[in-house]
Amino acid sequence: MSEAALPLPAAESRSAALDWLSTIDHKQIGILYMLLALFFFLVGGVEAMLMRAQLALPNLKFLAPEAYDQTFTMHGTTMIFLVVTPVLIGFSTYLVPLMIGARDLAFPRLNALGFWLQLAGSVLLYVSFAAGGAPDAGWFSYAPLSEKPYSAHAGLDYWALALLLLGTSTTLAAINFIVTIAALRAPGLTIRRLPLFVWMTLVNSGLIVFAMPALNAALVMLLMDRRLHAHFFDAAQGGAPLLWQHYFWIFGHPEVYILVLPGFGMISEIIPVFSRKPIFGYDFVAASTLAIAFLSYGVWVHHMFAVALGKVFLSVFAASSMLIAVPTGVKIFNWAATMVGGSIRFTTAMLFAIAFLLEFTIGGLSGVAFAIVPIDWQLTDTYFVVAHFHYVLFGGTAFALFAGAYYWFPKMSGRMLNETIGKWNFWMVVIGFNLTFFVQHILGLLGMPRRVYTYPNLPWWGALNAISTFGAVILGMGSLIFLVNLASSLIFGAKAGNDPWDAWTLEWATASPPPPENFENVPGVNSRRPLWDLKAGRTAGAPAARPWAARKPEPLFGMKLFVLSEAVFFFLLIVAYIYFRTTGMAAARSSLHLGESATLTACLVASSFTMWRASASGDLKRARLWIVATMTLGLIFLLGQGAEYWRLFQQKVTISQSLFGTTFFTLTGFHGLHLLVGIAALAVLLALTRLRGHQPIAVKVVGLYWQFIDLVWLVIFSIVYLGAWV
Amino acid sequence: MTPWLTPHSPQVQAIATLFTQFLVVAAVVFLSVCGLITYCVVRYRARQSGEEPPQHAGSRGLEVTWTVIPLLIVLVLFVLTLRTMAFVDAPQNPARDPDLVITGHQWWWEARYPGAPVTPAITANEIHIPVGRRLLARIESADVIHDFWAPQLARKIDAIPGRPSYIWLQADAPGTYEGTCSEFCGMQHAGMHFRVIAEPEPAFMAWLEHQAAPPSPPTGLAAEGASLFIERKCGDCHAVSPADTRSLIGPPLTHVAGRKLLSGDRPLTAQNLALWITSPQAIKPGNRMPNQQLSAAEVQALTAYMEALP
Repeated sequence: MSEAALPLPAAESRSAALDWLSTIDHKQIGILYMLLALFFFLVGGVEAMLMRAQLALPNLKFLAPEAYDQTFTMHGTTMIFLVVTPVLIGFSTYLVPLMIGARDLAFPRLNALGFWLQLAGSVLLYVSFAAGGAPDAGWFSYAPLSEKPYSAHAGLDYWALALLLLGTSTTLAAINFIVTIAALRAPGLTIRRLPLFVWMTLVNSGLIVFAMPALNAALVMLLMDRRLHAHFFDAAQGGAPLLWQHYFWIFGHPEVYILVLPGFGMISEIIPVFSRKPIFGYDFVAASTLAIAFLSYGVWVHHMFAVALGKVFLSVFAASSMLIAVPTGVKIFNWAATMVGGSIRFTTAMLFAIAFLLEFTIGGLSGVAFAIVPIDWQLTDTYFVVAHFHYVLFGGTAFALFAGAYYWFPKMSGRMLNETIGKWNFWMVVIGFNLTFFVQHILGLLGMPRRVYTYPNLPWWGALNAISTFGAVILGMGSLIFLVNLASSLIFGAKAGNDPWDAWTLEWATASPPPPENFENVPGVNSRRPLWDLKAGRTAGAPAARPWAARKPEPLFGMKLFVLSEAVFFFLLIVAYIYFRTTGMAAARSSLHLGESATLTACLVASSFTMWRASASGDLKRARLWIVATMTLGLIFLLGQGAEYWRLFQQKVTISQSLFGTTFFTLTGFHGLHLLVGIAALAVLLALTRLRGHQPIAVKVVGLYWQFIDLVWLVIFSIVYLGAWV
Repeated sequence: MTPWLTPHSPQVQAIATLFTQFLVVAAVVFLSVCGLITYCVVRYRARQSGEEPPQHAGSRGLEVTWTVIPLLIVLVLFVLTLRTMAFVDAPQNPARDPDLVITGHQWWWEARYPGAPVTPAITANEIHIPVGRRLLARIESADVIHDFWAPQLARKIDAIPGRPSYIWLQADAPGTYEGTCSEFCGMQHAGMHFRVIAEPEPAFMAWLEHQAAPPSPPTGLAAEGASLFIERKCGDCHAVSPADTRSLIGPPLTHVAGRKLLSGDRPLTAQNLALWITSPQAIKPGNRMPNQQLSAAEVQALTAYMEALP
């Protein structure tokens, strides 16, 4: 992955189409992400309109129940995974290197891989329509409704596989951002001078690295249940439907912040620039982001308050969920205080940012209602929830994205978005949005459950739903106006110049659109507003500009982050094994051979040693020999495991036969798969060293992964094998 | 459905009060933010002169203020939450038997009365309770996750397969209270309505005794319907006698004619019964009942039989 190993291909020799298809430039990939998200925003929007049409009046028969269920499942999944996630990653991909004065992300090829995985996942999700039916269990796919007996067609299998691809893509992007921000900042750009958008991308990426594996663990368990008749969530066989909810929301609640933190970052850039004042309380805005990120891992149970759980348990999660409102409030007050005493320019970007403050405050306050457990006991799963999270994700994130689009489009395209059309865009969206979703609070208070394909004609229900549908039409038109503005401004928009807003972060210091290399030289940074310093001549004391050669991508750091993410995945699979241990211990004792497995474990321990020798060896020939030895030991382990599986099958111990089989084969099987990937990586390494000579860094990177897989096995061996006899 | 903000049990009353308190706090916070932003928008519009405003970058005092005040608000809300929780929630490991057991099925509600002096009594979708008594209800599921929600009488609670939950169910005045499933449970989630009928103790006991009594033998057309019921294996999914206590796929039809509603949400008339028997998928598409391809005469006989089960 280092530049020395694989030189960047020259761009000018290819056609434009091929250029975009094969690009590894962060600006092009960022734009690809955003275009993909824009396309699915239209698709998800059409799904929303279909739902609002069906709900416009009581007892309509526009969509049949199964069609409605598929529509709301796809709407939620699309908007979260195919729109908001990629558009935020797109913005970060485009902007982070520019804002920190870098030439590209740390791993440009990994970046391209991430985009193509995102595209593949998106296509896979939508192929389900042609393959028997779209997923129909809602975006959080509660088991057992998502299990084979209750959703027999393949829609949910596509859903799970697509989400695995999308999650992988997002994780790769997050790792890339963290390494980039850690290693490629301009001289003088200390952590405490980072533009807040970059800071929030950094925190967000940390969230992603630890949250996505929880989703992955839940998804592979669901797939095992659906395709191989395992029993993770099958209560009749001792499985636990609640396990799905815990794992899903351990991912799902951080995910909410993943979808909103970069929006906070955009607001934190835009409000100061258009108030012509620095952000109020930079340190507090930055620190509150960290507080939110930490707390977000400890609030997931508030999605499950309607489950009968212990009072102490409920109280703890009520407290943490209420606490998270505090750092969020701190942000709102700091943004508002930034405007106090400023000189506010009401551009479309600023209008959206101001509207964001109000809409997001509503969404935040209605969120507190769900932290108050008894109120949640009435309001959860009603339209009040639908209203709440749309105020967060549309009134919050989407408004921030509109603001960000108006703010950064000139940089990306070289042309201004039309401000007159922008005002129409703004007012239609604000009015349409509030009409659509504000009344849904009332519908929730009136007792209308969410996810119903129709509803009885009760007092006010018809009228409020009609208002909501009418609002959705206005909102839809407002969003279309945005597309019109994008298209027409690309052609007719006024030339932007480098710095149309008189802004102060580094992306405005280069041309619009920026040249492939972004900057001629890495500028030195002296404060939080480097471009203002340049413009005002306040450059004394700034570090000297640095040539590009000093850039140091850190693949080993990237692998460390990846290993952390994988560690969470295995941790959760192991927790699932332990969770069901009472039913499994006797089965483990009667069907496993401690001695055989100990021998195999010894092989893996030995392979750790040989891998370490390979990493430490400076001599190519020696290193290759140690790599071959490592691969051989890995293969012996896999063959031994295959023999063990075969013997268990002979004894009728299978994944579908018992909970022990379910957890044992899933845990050891996924470990085996990871080991296989390790062996494949070593094979690639052998080929690479033959072609290009010694790759000490690459060997270290694969070596780290290998040691991690070995360590995971030691934990599995201790718990599954040793644990059964203790 | 009537809003839960017009409660009919002490438990829901407590929640409604808490909600009102929350609403006041939320309104105050929202109006303060609105006020601050409106002030900025009006007062700090860009000046013509183009001169830069003073570059204030923060204030520790203000940061402390708007961290501490929300913290205090949240603390108060937390204390109120704990108090209300303790009052509203039933023990999840109760020391006594439940008064009734409510089971969610795709897509109907089953109610049993194990604590009653005369057992068994099993009914569907119309849950009778005595007024003024705090009942312990155990909530179960026969298939996927449902959520039992009678907004005026009790908190909502998930019905989870393999994991019973408990609530207090209480009505402080006689009446009919609407309820619905509140967790997405498949195609007829929207149609999974039920009613709780609260009656004075004597009326409730009379109802209970009636439910436990065997139905009188059908005569005439209804007798034809009864033999058709057996012949067409309707009894594989539906119980018709209190002695049949199996938990089946379809709702029990024991004393079905005594109910007000068919499938929890439409008047139980001969016409609706006939429609449901003729074309089971017409009213609630997706439900588990197959179309038996019955002739008009057969439908008439079965309908008569149903009406003869008061």
